[in-house]
Amino acid sequence: MTLVKMVAQRLALGLVTMFVVSLIIFLGVELLPGDLAQAILGQAATEETVAAFRRELGLDLPPHVRYFDWLAGILQGDMGRSLANQREISELIGGRLMNTLFLALMAAAIAVPLALVLGILAALYRNSLYDRGVNVVTLSSISFPEFFVAYILILFLSIQAGVFPSISNVSDELPFWERAYRSMLPALTLTLVVVAHMMRMTRAAIINLLASPYIEMANLKGIKRSRIITHHALPNALSPIINVIVLNLAYLVVGVVVVEVVFVYPGLGQLLVDSVQKRDIPVVQASSMIFAATYILLNLTADVLSIVSNPRLLHPR
Amino acid sequence: MSAVLKFLGSAPWSARFGLVVIAAYVFVAFFAPVLTPYGETEIVGAEFEPWGETYVLGTDNLGRDMMTRLLYGARNTIGIAFVTTCLAFLIGGAFGLLAAALGGWVDQILSRVVDVLMAIPQLIFALLILTIVGTSIPVLIIVIAVLDSTRVYRLARAVAMNIVVMDFVEVARLRGEGTGWVIAREVLPNAMPPLVAEFGLRFCFVFLFISALSFLGLGIQPPTADWGSMVRDNATLITFGDITPLLPAGAIALLTVGVNFVVDWFLHKTSGLRDDH
Repeated sequence: MTLVKMVAQRLALGLVTMFVVSLIIFLGVELLPGDLAQAILGQAATEETVAAFRRELGLDLPPHVRYFDWLAGILQGDMGRSLANQREISELIGGRLMNTLFLALMAAAIAVPLALVLGILAALYRNSLYDRGVNVVTLSSISFPEFFVAYILILFLSIQAGVFPSISNVSDELPFWERAYRSMLPALTLTLVVVAHMMRMTRAAIINLLASPYIEMANLKGIKRSRIITHHALPNALSPIINVIVLNLAYLVVGVVVVEVVFVYPGLGQLLVDSVQKRDIPVVQASSMIFAATYILLNLTADVLSIVSNPRLLHPR
Repeated sequence: MSAVLKFLGSAPWSARFGLVVIAAYVFVAFFAPVLTPYGETEIVGAEFEPWGETYVLGTDNLGRDMMTRLLYGARNTIGIAFVTTCLAFLIGGAFGLLAAALGGWVDQILSRVVDVLMAIPQLIFALLILTIVGTSIPVLIIVIAVLDSTRVYRLARAVAMNIVVMDFVEVARLRGEGTGWVIAREVLPNAMPPLVAEFGLRFCFVFLFISALSFLGLGIQPPTADWGSMVRDNATLITFGDITPLLPAGAIALLTVGVNFVVDWFLHKTSGLRDDH
């Protein structure tokens, strides 16, 4: 009962957060100085043009009416029109969102198994040369800016070795493997960025458990170290590890922004950056909302999973 | 003095490396104008000159000396990141300690506000605000400092929560000391080590964040020399196998690695944390 209640509570909290965030994204524009119509038309525009443009954008309506219009629109997939080119925003975003998710999933598919294996190995050979080496390498790779990793990969794998293309020109028509091939460098960049954190947490979660009495018991029974880690420690360490993985996936979805720009990958992040440069506020609002919603949903998933996989709650006395 | 030297002598090689890197960067940031014959925004030759005698690292996309821009970049990028981090600590630290010391509804309200701010990914939030108010250095500093102060708030509050329940704080309160005095004289000194370590980590984060924004063309604006935008401006060179655009990116990476190494060591030293965490 407590379990269901806790999960329900968390879900409700997530919903409230989402609502508040949508309010911030929408009303942020209202609270700040300046007027949208004036900003777009420039100082030279006459009073009448600005007024007419305000009516066209619906800016003459009170904010709460516009907010609920906007929210209802987004929930139905209608996000209004872009100011820059008058196209439907949902049309602009649709394909790009798919591309971004494809890239994030691909990076996750490489990063998660890699991080698990490296982390388990580091726990297994703790304080060995391998462990220390991995520690220094991961600490460094956490500190690298994404574009540094990206350009190094371009230099070595694209320009010098010529294995992968340096510009990821993908579209829906491409067959799966061709698409994966063209997205390889951005996916590898993202992998390198998230693997370090996941791997360190996997190692820490397992090593934390190694001090517990039941592991000592297993040790005394004379079980091999590798078996103790995979069969005795790992199952109990899964809950924190899953949590870290999902949190990193949330990071991935946001981390794509810079990587997409480097590789000219046609995703949502690139659209967001372009729109910020053009100050195309409706598009920025819509894509921010999508990014924020994905991020909140994944964080929520991480929380719910860690509640659900907590043995104390699963088997209440 | 000898105690300091002995303390530094006990540092592992990674931390020593980090300290040397930080010292070198600070030196360059202070003495950039002395170290280079050209001006920060001075156009000295043709575009994309190769490395050589006159232009040690060649020239950039507008014909400015690359080496000069790199040295000035240390000053601008690190300076702005440092100011931002300090501001984030002032805001986050003050509110965090206050929330812990006062508790009750102050704590509730502040914590819920921080929860909401942290629910939005920072980069997205920053992009949204920069769209509305436009990009300038003061805006950049304030926006990032406020967004980052949420993390500082969480830590400061958590650390201070454990301190305010201690007997010596109780005694101070019974003596009739005010909240401000208790925070400044009893709580803050005891909360220092984790906050100092966090300062290093936050600095790295802010530094990377500003560089990323500049790289996207939305951070520090030209003609100010800045490492993030230098990578962006000269990125085309990489397609010819020229590593020049990697230099500013590498400069960013080297400093964050250095700071991280030092923080890592500092954390081990002060918290008695074992290798496990």
